Amino acid sequence: MNLLEKLDASAAARKALLPDGVGAFGIPIEEVYSATEARIGDRRVLLLGTNNYLGLTFAPECIRAAHEAIDKEGTGTTGSRMANGSYFGHRSLEREFADFYQCDSAIVFTTGYQANLGTISGLVGPGDTVLIDGDSHASIYDGCVLSGADIIRFKHNDTVDMEKRLRRLGDRVETTLIIAEGIYSMLGDQAPLADIVKLKNAYGCILLLDEAHSLGVLGETGQGLVEATGLLKEVDFITGTFSKSLCSIGGYCVSNHPQLEQLRYVSHPYIFTASPSPATIASTRAALELLRKGSHLRTLLWQNCTQLYTQLKKGGYLLGPHPGPVIAAIVDTPRQALLLWQNLLEHNIYVNLILPPAAPEGKSLVRCSVNAAHTPEQIKYVGDTFCKLRSLVC
Amino acid sequence: MTENNYNEIMKLLCDRLKVVSNSNIPITSETNIISQLSIDSIKLLNLIMEIEDTFDISIPINALADVQTVRELADLVYKIKSAS
Ligand SMILES: Cc1ncc(COP(=O)(O)O)c(C=O)c1O
Repeated sequence: MNLLEKLDASAAARKALLPDGVGAFGIPIEEVYSATEARIGDRRVLLLGTNNYLGLTFAPECIRAAHEAIDKEGTGTTGSRMANGSYFGHRSLEREFADFYQCDSAIVFTTGYQANLGTISGLVGPGDTVLIDGDSHASIYDGCVLSGADIIRFKHNDTVDMEKRLRRLGDRVETTLIIAEGIYSMLGDQAPLADIVKLKNAYGCILLLDEAHSLGVLGETGQGLVEATGLLKEVDFITGTFSKSLCSIGGYCVSNHPQLEQLRYVSHPYIFTASPSPATIASTRAALELLRKGSHLRTLLWQNCTQLYTQLKKGGYLLGPHPGPVIAAIVDTPRQALLLWQNLLEHNIYVNLILPPAAPEGKSLVRCSVNAAHTPEQIKYVGDTFCKLRSLVC
Repeated sequence: MTENNYNEIMKLLCDRLKVVSNSNIPITSETNIISQLSIDSIKLLNLIMEIEDTFDISIPINALADVQTVRELADLVYKIKSAS
């Protein structure tokens, strides 16, 4: 098989799962009306499949800041953080992130994906080990591969399994980086952080926590799982993204270890890419301020999460173990999931469809993401529609 | 580790691959795990965890880059077990 034929083979496998004409992946959004509504084809749909957790995509403060930055500094930096791409805004955002996490340093990356690639490949290299959760996001896997370190997986959220693997590493634990996520994006469940911290201290490893989905969502000021569990000081490195609750693009890493600064000189995903545009940085800074003051938004978000989780559970759906902004209905077959997804769209509800192997344990997921801007009526309509369509997945 | 141990590893891999791949293709040491058995990446990674537990070893998943056939997987497990 030549290179192009190999792609044809993988396209055939994809089409076997999802016939041509079913645009579940990369669906064209024609117009966006608000944090909760958009047009798909000629339908006005409710958006239940975005990562806009605090509903800030149209926050006037963020839009104004972005406009001003474009007017003052232009559309792009046209250069790397290492060369001409570190403006006042980039450096300020780093100070603001460090202050938010009461940490000594922060680094801003161009995306959250690159924050993981850059942090992991900067921290470990060939001969070192990364011990990662089996359900880790692709940016974590890719960062580990880029690093050249030995990659060992532990069973998802299972610290007994994790300890077994730590024990097998023997002396190598000294150069082992453990990686977990605050909230996992497939089922919306949270890492057992207290137990992970106990193990990392007992074995003397370094711990990195990706708070991509928990920033703005968990904790009194929105720091994430570290705040909700009171374990901020126990986690060595925290990464995250601007692309979810902050409604922008970019990523960060914060730490109290002074060695974080060295990453700027060794991390290719930091160096060999252009820095975020001035407007991106400006809207992120404005959104971070709103997020820190946003306990009322978190209250609304959690009311919506609990309402939908309870309604789907009552309706007989199998869900992830924790209520939260990510609420996934677990379905046995890709065909059932596709049917439910299509029917929801016909009822003007857009959610995410996740098929194997992306979904855990060979299942398929019809996943909702709830945000603070959804009204209780919108959430009720979504819950009622799911319940009405339940027979499609039995 | 002896030849017997190697054969034991090979037999265990063939048995487990048969279950995981859910296919009727006879599995030999030369069977290509990915292209012939169409085992997806996650199933293979989960199988590796299981093998780690069976033999009480650590198999870095990056080492799988060099593994295509059942024999190559058995060689890798044997090498790691022998060194442990
Ligand atoms: C857990 C996790 N980490 C990192 C990322 C990457 O973030 P970004 O969209 O900023 O590249 C994502 C986003 O999909 C994610 O879910």
